[in-house]
Amino acid sequence: MYVKKRRLGRGVAIVGAGVSKFGSFSDKTSRDLFIEAFNELKQSVDRGIDPKDIEALYLGNHIGEYCEGQSLMAPIIAGYLGMIPKPATRVENACVSSGVALREGIIAIASGLYDIVLVGGVEKMTTLSTEGVTDALGSALDALYETPAGFTFPGIYAAMATTYMDKYGAKEEHFMKVAIKNHNNGALNPKAQFNTTIKDIMNGRIAKAKQKGQPIPTWVDEIEFLKDPKANPVVAWPMKLFDCSPITDGASCLLLVAEEVAKSFTDTPVYVIGTGQGSDYPLYEREDMTTILAAKFAAQEAYAMAGVKPEDIQIAEVHDCFTIAELVGIEDIGFFPSGGAIKAIEEGLTARDGAKPINTSGGLKSKGHPVGATGTAQAAEIWLQMRGQAGARQVPGKDISLALTHNVGGSGPTCAIHIYERR
Amino acid sequence: MVSQKEFTDAAFNQLLGEGKLMASRCKKCGALHLPPKPICVNCQEGNMEWTILKGKGKLAAFTTIAVGLPRMIQEGYGRDNPYCSGIVELEEGPRISARILDVDARNPQKLKVGMPLVVDFLERGEGENKRTLLAFKPV
Repeated sequence: MYVKKRRLGRGVAIVGAGVSKFGSFSDKTSRDLFIEAFNELKQSVDRGIDPKDIEALYLGNHIGEYCEGQSLMAPIIAGYLGMIPKPATRVENACVSSGVALREGIIAIASGLYDIVLVGGVEKMTTLSTEGVTDALGSALDALYETPAGFTFPGIYAAMATTYMDKYGAKEEHFMKVAIKNHNNGALNPKAQFNTTIKDIMNGRIAKAKQKGQPIPTWVDEIEFLKDPKANPVVAWPMKLFDCSPITDGASCLLLVAEEVAKSFTDTPVYVIGTGQGSDYPLYEREDMTTILAAKFAAQEAYAMAGVKPEDIQIAEVHDCFTIAELVGIEDIGFFPSGGAIKAIEEGLTARDGAKPINTSGGLKSKGHPVGATGTAQAAEIWLQMRGQAGARQVPGKDISLALTHNVGGSGPTCAIHIYERR
Repeated sequence: MVSQKEFTDAAFNQLLGEGKLMASRCKKCGALHLPPKPICVNCQEGNMEWTILKGKGKLAAFTTIAVGLPRMIQEGYGRDNPYCSGIVELEEGPRISARILDVDARNPQKLKVGMPLVVDFLERGEGENKRTLLAFKPV
């Protein structure tokens, strides 16, 4: 694959980040969620930010039309932040909406157009039923040739999983182990929608059965629990409930500034040293259905720009919208060879205390996946980990100076990858 | 000349209605496109011709869906009655998404990547809404 070594016109740094609580909030709209994230961002800027100095907003939002009857979300949010009449642009690229909003903000600063830009994303999903969300997210598939075949969004990733199982011998247990790992991390993240381990969920069900005098389940461990179709029903085989990221309300944002002014905001900026974006066909047209070309291309462009290699990267947030997606993702970013993700999850290499910690935030699986907010929420986790501010889930024994985010949209037709450095 | 139609989604669906699974072939480089494309994605030339496919292939990827699209729920599918969707690799090379019929969607472990399939055509809707959907079933 031919990859050009691109460079930014000037350096860009993150000097603040905010994330709302992720979950299901019947009394909050997208506006409330974004303001919650923005208020945290303001607190996170070490030397403060006067919101009047922000020059533009790039906002990721995927299914506002379906969920709140609201397109054109960016100027609405800008109006709530007091940014009118400054430019506010909605970026819609499915689940990579805010990953691309981040990239657009970087490009705008690197071009010299702006010095201070707010990027972020928001999604308010719980207004819809599960069937409604399935329909709305399904709009990111190929509407002419995938949806008529009955494919849903989990269904497409499930199909990818069957080819991955056939080619590399992966078992359903390997997918389950991804969910267990990410819940173990999410249990340490107070913002996570499912702020609990799968073991605790299992034990809670056992305790409830005892309390109600019902037959007591005989699960001996999480894998047995996850293999029980009553506890973990099929959504789209082989993807079951605990293989799928949840339906989530949430928002996230980052304050991006030109490198030359970064130190006026903080002594410890997080520099964005690589950005890459790629595209791919719908799944049926891909030469190899066990990999996402958009991600491989985006990763290689980001690595080339940053001048670093996969082995240099210490941690990554990887787009685990479904458990299979994390296995494919850690291969696409070059952390493991094709099919090597199976051994990596078996050996715990991607655990928080492993050689390559993946999704210390809990990932989309446990933290939640408000689709338009996910990209910048991944970067916000890296911001915390690089500054040693991740609390109980801070990666042990590593001083994080190089990290990566992998944010995929739809079934993989779009992907943004970013590489971060703390100097 | 197999068909004089333009290389559009509407033409592809009309041909499905006639019981024909057809692709577009680049006259310059020979690349096959299914669904048909008016521009060759291989050489980016726009000189295409229709070609009929035999409708034989093998299952390349699949899933059995318990939480389905609203349209499928209306057809009676659901958590207790899943349906199978798949990607079929045709003998001529291209792959396409399709409904997979006549398989036991409640026992997905019995379905195998590589199993031979043959084309079928599903009629849905009435009058102006009538549409033929692409499907495959075991040989």
